[in-house]
Amino acid sequence: MAGKVDALYFYIVAVSVFFTVGIVLVAIMLAVKYRRRPENMVATQIHGNLPLEIIWSVIPLGLVTVMFFWGAKLFNEQEMAPKNSMDILVTGKKWMWKFQHANGKREINVLHIPVNKPVRLTMGSEDVIHDLFVPAFRVKHDVMPGRLSNVWFEATKTGSFHLFCNQYCGTEHSRMVGKVIVMEQNAYQAWLGGDTGESPVKSGEKLFTSLGCATCHLSNNAGRGPVLVGIAGKSIELLGGAKVVADDKYLYESITEPAAKIVTGYQPIMPTFKGLATEEQVLQLVAYVKSLKADSTAGPAPAEAGKSAPVTADSPTTTAATATPAPGGAQ
Amino acid sequence: MSHGHKSEFLAHHFEDLEQQKESAALGMWLFLCTEVLFFGGLFCCYAYYKYRFFDAFISGSHHLDIKLGLLNTAVLITSSLTMALAVHAAQKGARGRTSLMLLLTIALAGVFLVVKYFEWSTKFHHGIIPGHNFQFPAEDLYGGATVKTVEIFYSLYYCMSGLHGIHVILGIVVIGWLWWINQKGRITPEYNVPVEMVGLYWHFVDIIWIFLFPLLYLLGLHVHG
Amino acid sequence: METTMETNAAMPAESPLYNKRNYLNNGYSLRSWFLTVDHKRIALIYLASITFFFILGGFFAMLVRLELLTPKGDFMTSDGYNRAFTMHGIMMIFFFLIPSIPAVLGNFLVPLQIGAKDLAFPKINLLSWYMYIGGGALALFAMINGGIDTTWRFYTPYSTGHASGYVVTTILGLFLMGFSSIFTGLNFIVTIHKMRAPGLTWFRLPLFIWAMYATSLIQILGTPVVAITLSLAAVEKGLKIGIFDPAYGGDPILFQHLFWFYSHPAVYIMILPAMGIISEVISCFSRKVVFGYSFVAISSMMIAVIGFFVWGHHMFLTGQSQFAGLIFAALSFLVAIPSAVKTFNWTATLYKGSISFEAPMLYVFGFLGVFLIGGLTGLFFPALGLDRHLHDTYFVVAHFHYIMVGGAIMGYMAGLHFWWPKMFGKKYPEGLAQAGAVATFIGFNLTFFPQFILGYMGMPRHYHEYVPEFQFLHILSTAGASVLAIGYLIPAICFGWSLLFGEPTGPNPWNAKGLEWEKSLSPPPTENFSEIPVVTEEAYNYPDAEATVVTRS
Ligand code: HEA
Ligand code: HEA
Ligand code: HEC
Ligand code: CUA
Ligand SMILES: [Cu+2]
Repeated sequence: MAGKVDALYFYIVAVSVFFTVGIVLVAIMLAVKYRRRPENMVATQIHGNLPLEIIWSVIPLGLVTVMFFWGAKLFNEQEMAPKNSMDILVTGKKWMWKFQHANGKREINVLHIPVNKPVRLTMGSEDVIHDLFVPAFRVKHDVMPGRLSNVWFEATKTGSFHLFCNQYCGTEHSRMVGKVIVMEQNAYQAWLGGDTGESPVKSGEKLFTSLGCATCHLSNNAGRGPVLVGIAGKSIELLGGAKVVADDKYLYESITEPAAKIVTGYQPIMPTFKGLATEEQVLQLVAYVKSLKADSTAGPAPAEAGKSAPVTADSPTTTAATATPAPGGAQ
Repeated sequence: MSHGHKSEFLAHHFEDLEQQKESAALGMWLFLCTEVLFFGGLFCCYAYYKYRFFDAFISGSHHLDIKLGLLNTAVLITSSLTMALAVHAAQKGARGRTSLMLLLTIALAGVFLVVKYFEWSTKFHHGIIPGHNFQFPAEDLYGGATVKTVEIFYSLYYCMSGLHGIHVILGIVVIGWLWWINQKGRITPEYNVPVEMVGLYWHFVDIIWIFLFPLLYLLGLHVHG
Repeated sequence: METTMETNAAMPAESPLYNKRNYLNNGYSLRSWFLTVDHKRIALIYLASITFFFILGGFFAMLVRLELLTPKGDFMTSDGYNRAFTMHGIMMIFFFLIPSIPAVLGNFLVPLQIGAKDLAFPKINLLSWYMYIGGGALALFAMINGGIDTTWRFYTPYSTGHASGYVVTTILGLFLMGFSSIFTGLNFIVTIHKMRAPGLTWFRLPLFIWAMYATSLIQILGTPVVAITLSLAAVEKGLKIGIFDPAYGGDPILFQHLFWFYSHPAVYIMILPAMGIISEVISCFSRKVVFGYSFVAISSMMIAVIGFFVWGHHMFLTGQSQFAGLIFAALSFLVAIPSAVKTFNWTATLYKGSISFEAPMLYVFGFLGVFLIGGLTGLFFPALGLDRHLHDTYFVVAHFHYIMVGGAIMGYMAGLHFWWPKMFGKKYPEGLAQAGAVATFIGFNLTFFPQFILGYMGMPRHYHEYVPEFQFLHILSTAGASVLAIGYLIPAICFGWSLLFGEPTGPNPWNAKGLEWEKSLSPPPTENFSEIPVVTEEAYNYPDAEATVVTRS
C-alpha cells in the first residue's frame, strides 16, 4: 500500500513541479523581456483571449480529474480490508494505546504483527478523539469516542516502525506514541504464545451473558430481540424501510445507541449499554456478535428467561429454525 | 442628483434619500440573511439529532405545554400585526398612532417573555435542567427514548428558545428606541426608514418562532397519532 | 512615477504635492480618532490593532519554533507548548489575517475606489472596530491568565469536556470578533451595490472591489454559523449540557461539520482580498489592463460560492460517510480551477507589459511563486488515498503557511506598500523596502519548505516532542523563521521612517489608474472627493503602445 500511495504522491508532485517551475520560469522570462526600458515605456494592451482561458481551465481540470479518481480508488482499497485479515482491537485513551490480539494477548503502546499479513484494527476511544498513524505504512484513521473505527494495513517488511497519535488530545499528545514491530510469521506465532488470557470473542461471549443480552437475543426467534447469529455483513431492514449493512460500525451503534436504528418488526426496548460496558468491552461484544456464524456451534445461550414479549402482529415473523437464521433474523 | 434641497435626514455621505433608504433596506436584508444562518446552525443540530433520536424528541416534545406555546404563537403573531400597523402609521405620519402601536408591540413581546418565564420555571421546577442532574419521568419516555437522549432534546430546546428569547429582548430595546425617536419627532412621512427596518427585524423574530413552535412543541403530537 | 515623485525635498506639509487639508489632520484629539466615523481613520486604527496582534502571534510562533529546535521538550512544558501554538493560531487567524486586508485596506479603499464619500453605514463601521477590539481584549484576558490549549479548531469533546483554561472567555471573544467581521462584510456589500459613482458599472469595477465583494459574501454567510457553533461549544463547556460531547450523548463529528462550514470558506476570506491586491499591483507595474479581466472577476465569485461546499475535506478520516468524502473531494478539486485561472491570467498580464520592480511588485512576484506551491499542495489532500498519509502532518502545516503567510501576507504587504503613499501622502525608502521583500521571501521558504518534507516523513502536528530523525529539518525551519522575523522588521522600519521623514508623493506617485489615484488627493480629504467623479472608461485603461486594441473578452 505504501508504494501505491507514493505513486499517487509523485504524480501530484510532478504536476505541481511542472506548473510551479513552468509559471515561475515564464513569469521571470516575461519580467526580463518586458522590463521597463526607454524603448519599452508603454505597454501593449491585451484584454484577453477566450481560447486561452478555456485551455487553461480545461487542462488543469483534466489533471485534477485524474487525481480524483486515482485518489478515490486508492481510498476505497484502503477502506476494504481483505477477507483474510487478522483482527486486533485498539482502544485509545489519554494518553496510551491499548491493543488486544485475537488470542487475548494484550500490549500497550507496542503492537506486534506478522509480516505480509493484512491486519485490521477495530478501534475505539475512551475519552477524546485520537488518531492512529503509522507513517511507514501510510496508514491513519481517527479514533473517535462513541463510534467505532476500522482501518487495515499490511506490513511488507520486518522491523520496528513509529506509531503516532495524530490528533491533538491534550497534554501528552506528543507522548502518545509507540512502535509497531513487524515479525516473521513464525516469530509472531512464537511471540503470541499459546492461549494467553481470554480472546476478545471469548470475553464478548461472557459479557453477552453477564450483561443480559442473552435474555432478549436468543438463538431462535422467540426472543424479544432479533437473532444475532450470522447477522454480520448482512443487510438489515430498519423501521421505515431503510436498509443498512450490519458492519462493525452498525453493531457498535446498536449496542451503544440502540434507539438510533430500529430493526423492523421489533420494539425499541433495547437499553443502551453505553456506560455499562467499557469501550473495550463494547468492542469485544462486537467481536463476539461477528463471530456468531450460522454454522458455528457457539450460539447465544438458549433462553432460560422465557418471558419473551410477542412481536407486533404485523411484523414479518419467520418460523425459521434455529439452524438457519435468515439475514438478521427479523427480515 | 439634485444638490439643491438636502433633507435634514440625509446622512452626509449619501446623494439622496432614495439611495439612503435602499442602502438601509439592503443592509437589513443582508443582516437577516446572517441571522438565518445564525439560527441555521442550531436548526442543523436539531435536524441531525431528531433524525438520530426520534423517539427522544417526541418524548421531550410531548412534555412541553402546547397550550402555552400556542398562546405565545398567537401573541407574537399579533405583535407582528401591531408592528405592521406601526409602520403603516409612520408612513402616514400619524405620530400618535405610531407610538401606540409600538407600545402595544412592546407589551405583547413582554407577554411573550412572561409566558416563557413561566414555562421555563415550571420545567426547572421539575428538574428538567440539562447538565444538572437532568430529570425526566420514566413513564413519559416513548419508544427507544432514554433520559440521556431526551436531555439532548432539552439542551436544544433551551438553546433555541433561549436564543429566540434574546432576540425578543433585543427587539424590545430597539422598538423602545423607535418609540423614543418617534416621540421626539424624528419619524416623518418623508423619512421613516428606522421603523420599516425594525419592522423587518421584528417579523423575522416572529417567523423564527413560527418555525420553532412546530419543531419543538407540535412534534410531540406524534405520540397520539 | 519617475516624473511625479520628483520634488523639492521641502517640508512635507509645505510642499504643493502634499494635500494639506486631509483626513489625518482633521482633528487631533483622541475623540476625533476613537469616535470617528471616517472609514479612512477607522482603517488606520484597524491597522494599528492588527499589527499588534500580528506581533503577538509572531511571538508565539517564535516560542513554537524555539521549542522545536530539539526533539525533547526542554524549553517549555507540554501544556505550555500546547497553549503557545493555540494562541498562535487564534491570534493569527482570527485577530490578524481575517480582518487584515478587509478591515485595513478594504476599509480605506472601497469607498475611494468606487467614488463614494464613505461606507454605507459609517457608525456600524466604527462599531465593528469596537467589537473587534472587545473580542481581542477578551482573548487577551484569557491569554494573560494562561491561555487555552484547544487548538484553533476547538475540536470537541476535547475543548468542551477536557480542556482547562478560559475556553469560554476566548470563545466569547471570537464571537464578538465574528460579528465585527460580519458587519464589515455587510457594509462593503451595501456600499458596492448602492454607492458606486455614476458610470461605474459592475464590469468596470477594480478587481480589488470584486475580491472584496466575494469576501464579504463569505463573511456574512459563513461567520454566523461558526458564531453559533462556538457558542454551543461554550454553553456545553459552561453548563455541561450535551450537544457535541459523546459523553453527554452528542456527536463530535457534527461539531466538525459546523466548524468547517465556516472555517473552510474562511480561508478564502483570507486569500481572496490578497488576490484582489495582486490584480491591482500587477496591472499598475506592468502598465497594462489585467488579462482576462472578467475571468479574474468571476473567478472570485466562483471561489466564494464553491468554497462553501468543500468543508468536509478536513474530515476524510473521521469516519464520515465515504460517499460524502467523495463529493467533498471532487468539489475541492473544482474550487482549485478558478484559482488556477487567476494565476494564469496574472502571468499573462506581464506579456508585452512595461514592467518595473518596485517593492509592491516584488511582493507580487513572491506571491506568485509561493501561492502556487501552497495552492498546489492543497491538491494533495482531496486525492483521498493520499490524505490518509498526509492528514494532520506538517505537510498540512506547510500547505497553509504557504498560502497564508506566503500568499496572503505577501499580498497584504504588496498592498500596504502600494497604497502607503495614498494613505499618508509620503514615500517610503524604496531600496530598503525591496530588501524587505527579498528577505521575507527567502526566510519564508527556508521556514516552511522543510515542513513539507517533515510532513511526508510523518511528523504529526501539535507535537511538543518528536523523534530525533526529524531534528535537522526542524532546525532549518527555525533558522528560517529567524530570517523571516527580520524580514518583517524591515517594512516596519520603512514605514516608520516614511512617517517621520518621508517626502510627499503627490496624488498619484505610481501613475496608476483608478479613482483613488486619479480623482482624489494624497492623503485624501475627509470627504474623499471634491465632487463625485463620473466614470467613462473601463478599469486599468493604461495607454496603449499600439494604436489597435487586440481582442476583448
Ligand atoms: C488562506 C488559506 C488557505 C487557502 C487559500 C487554501 C486553499 C486550498 N486548500 Fe487548504 N488549508 C488551510 C488554508 C488554506 N487552504 C488551512 C489553515 C488548513 C488546515 C486547517 C487545520 O486543520 O488547522 C488547510 C487544510 C486543507 C485540507 C485538509 C488537510 C487535512 O487536514 O488533511 C485540504 C484538503 O482538501 C485543503 C485543500 C485546499 C485546496 C484544494 C485549496 C485550493 O483553494 C487551492 C487552489 C490553488 C491552486 C490550485 C494554485 C494555482 C494553481 C495553478 C495555477 C496550477 C494549475 C492548477 C491545477 C493543476 C489544478 N486544505
Ligand atoms: C495567519 C496565519 C499565520 C501566520 C502568519 C503564521 C506564521 C507563522 N507560523 Fe503558524 N500557524 C497558523 C497560522 C499562522 N502562522 C495556524 C492556524 C496554525 C495551527 C494552529 C493549531 O493547530 O491550532 C499554525 C501553526 C504553526 C506551527 C505548528 C505548530 C504545531 O502544530 O505544533 C508552526 C511550527 O513551526 C508555526 C510556525 C509559524 C511561523 C514560524 C510563522 C512566522 O511566519 C511568524 C513570523 C512573524 C513574526 C516573528 C512576528 C513579526 C516579527 C516582528 C515584528 C519582528 C520582531 C519579533 C521577533 C524577533 C520575535 N505555525
Ligand atoms: C431488553 C431486551 C434486549 C437486551 C437486554 C439486549 N437487546 Fe439487543 N436488541 C433488542 C431489540 C428489541 C432489538 C431490535 C430493535 C433495535 O434495533 O433496537 C435489538 C437489536 C440488537 C442488535 C441489532 C440486531 C440486528 O438484527 O440488526 C444488536 C447487534 C444487539 N441488539 C446486540 C445486543 C447486545 C450485544 C446486548 C447486550 C450487551 C443486547 N443486544 C441486549 C433487545 C435487547
Ligand atoms: Cu491521542 Cu493525540
Ligand atoms: Cu479547507
